[in-house]
Amino acid sequence: MTTEQQRTSIVWDYAPAPEATDHVRLADRYGIFIDGAFRDPAESRYEPTLNPATEQPIAEIAWAGAADVTAAIDSARAAQPKWAALPDRDRAKYLFRIARLIQERARELAVVETLDGGKPLRESRDVDIPLAAAHFFHYAGWADKLRYGVNAREVAPLGVVGQIVPWNFPLLMAAWKLAPALACGNTAILKPAETTPLTALLLAEICQEAELPEGVVSVLPGGGDTGATLVRAPGIDKIAFTGSTAVGRDIQAALAGRPTSLTLELGGKSANIVFEDAALDQAVEGIVNGIFFNQGHVCCAGSRLLIQESVLDEVIAKLWRRMGRLRVGDPLDKNTDVGAINSAEQLQRIETLVAAGEGEGAHRRTIACDLPEHGYWFAPTLFTDVSPAHRIAVEEIFGPVVSVLSFRTQAEAIEKANNSRYGLAAGIWTDKGAKAFEVANALRAGVVWQNTYNHFDPTAAFGGYKESGFGREGGPAGLRPYLKVVR
Amino acid sequence: MSASRISVRKTYKLWIGGAFVRSESGRHDHATRPGTNGDAGQVNIPRASRKDVRDAVAAARKAFGPWSARTAYNRGQILYRAAEALESRRDQLAAVADAAQVDAAVDVLVHYAGWTDKFQAVLGGINPVAAPFLSFSLPEPTGVVGVVAPDAPELLGLVAEIAPALAAGNTVVAILSEAQPLAGLDLAEVLGVSDIPGGVVNLLSGRRTELATALGAHRDLNAIVDAGGDAELGAELDRLAAETIKRARHGDAVASYEMAVADALERIDAVTELKTAWHPVGA
Repeated sequence: MTTEQQRTSIVWDYAPAPEATDHVRLADRYGIFIDGAFRDPAESRYEPTLNPATEQPIAEIAWAGAADVTAAIDSARAAQPKWAALPDRDRAKYLFRIARLIQERARELAVVETLDGGKPLRESRDVDIPLAAAHFFHYAGWADKLRYGVNAREVAPLGVVGQIVPWNFPLLMAAWKLAPALACGNTAILKPAETTPLTALLLAEICQEAELPEGVVSVLPGGGDTGATLVRAPGIDKIAFTGSTAVGRDIQAALAGRPTSLTLELGGKSANIVFEDAALDQAVEGIVNGIFFNQGHVCCAGSRLLIQESVLDEVIAKLWRRMGRLRVGDPLDKNTDVGAINSAEQLQRIETLVAAGEGEGAHRRTIACDLPEHGYWFAPTLFTDVSPAHRIAVEEIFGPVVSVLSFRTQAEAIEKANNSRYGLAAGIWTDKGAKAFEVANALRAGVVWQNTYNHFDPTAAFGGYKESGFGREGGPAGLRPYLKVVR
Repeated sequence: MSASRISVRKTYKLWIGGAFVRSESGRHDHATRPGTNGDAGQVNIPRASRKDVRDAVAAARKAFGPWSARTAYNRGQILYRAAEALESRRDQLAAVADAAQVDAAVDVLVHYAGWTDKFQAVLGGINPVAAPFLSFSLPEPTGVVGVVAPDAPELLGLVAEIAPALAAGNTVVAILSEAQPLAGLDLAEVLGVSDIPGGVVNLLSGRRTELATALGAHRDLNAIVDAGGDAELGAELDRLAAETIKRARHGDAVASYEMAVADALERIDAVTELKTAWHPVGA
């Protein structure tokens, strides 16, 4: 056991600052959303969705089965030609309405996202929900400009698209998927994640409020079996999946030999590279944001920290000091930095990999903090003395755990950063622009941040190299997966 | 009771620097409300002066820095807000212009609201230069844009010239339809409640030739967009533009939504500058 505990030396005690929840209107039970209405699933199966910070059920959620998938496809298929035939500017108007409704209900959505998923309210309020609205706003504006976006004279939608989203950014990922699909004239069937279905169902309500034509969006809550059925169902023209590389691999294999179009946004083990000439305090903030944002439940998390040897001790000291200031606990508290782990299953995965890290000889440090009695929690953790072959340097942990490796030269940094089967993102910290761009060019990663980390924008393409998937979301590049060029 | 109510009439004013003002000259003109006849439909409107033009350009210049510095997303939200505000006053404006014209103007604002964060990617890009440099070219707003609106359609024809300039981040001084200025003056009240900062749009009613030449001659104007349909005035604006190498664009009066968006990129290109930046890579 090489665990080292640090006394947190928080200067001030914060009074609890819980966000009010009395304005949130949630039903006791949510069905599946097909043909513009909520209904019971064919097999009448319902499962509770839990608040991971309390383990208490929030609502009963329908679990869609094969018959429901078929019904959703029929509905989406029937609606698609009319949706695509609408004047472009009218499709745009519906998407603008959805963007505005998300903005109007922003705080409610933020609270529900935090209740259902465990992420700090500060993040759902300031990142997830505003970005979701911004994505709808951005792609609403593309709906009548598609030809400009892909440099074509005539474009056509693909048809019916199935979209499977993960639990780490539930509404935001739904927005990333639905907004471009609808803008291009497709109809969509959204499968939210098993542990975080609520905001997708509120989004279905918003589609009703926007008077979106029936069948344009369907929402099928459920589990992995629901998603697997959707992927394999006949009558789907495209699958867009965000989630683990393992499931992505299954989906790609399942679609082999079929004309179904596919985009995958999968896992990562992204390198965050700190050079000796970086502004180190700024870099430390970026490291913290890179790995502890959303409890590390971020596919592009900067989970492999590469530090130049000459500043290794200094950066680790600063980082460890900064980690001691992180406030872990009630996600609804406005001062919370690190909330609850999304599910018992995910907590188990994190604990297994952390144990492997210790077992393989890496040096573990976990901040000392009082964790709530109930719920799923994992305190921010730093591993040093990590070898590139350790599981914690290779496998995606998807939790608040950072593994530190060191390097001597720029070439070694690039070599180590690229030594991964993943290639989603990377961070570069240096005060020298020419060096930053040279390193950025050499990295095999879909997103490279210089002197920042975890920045997202509807205008900027996001997606991975290698086993982090293919296809891009955001900006004009995000239109291509949802349309075909006619001429 | 309601039949005998004495209505409160509106005083039409210029819109300069976010304020509703009478012409500094004190002069006025007459306008007729469409669909009315005789004296009942006659209203007084301000007749702007050359000094009003100069004040408007100064206000637009002052507003340009902050407006162009806003994020593209924010400008898009504000233009969309303007569309919402215009839609909510649809009936009021339909009494002055016609409803189809108002509807098209709303849709044009929505269309250009969508361009604010897209034209950069379409007009600009990365230059794969044959040297170790990151080189990219990005369009930026040219500055203060003068607009000469057509006589008709007085609202759509005006909005179709203003919207691309605003979307690109410019500020505007517009000379309204001389024949039918009321819709343009009403538009000031719409834009005034739509989060468009004061001075970003300035609207002047009066004699087109007098005002347009003063505007075209102003040395602090960057571009002139002429939809007035007067060839002689257009040629004069070109000559004036040459004094300070202003960008000049002439076009027909926009009579439909389709016409306003068909050449959207050309409209935006006409009021932007392309900036190429070079940054070393390695070494």
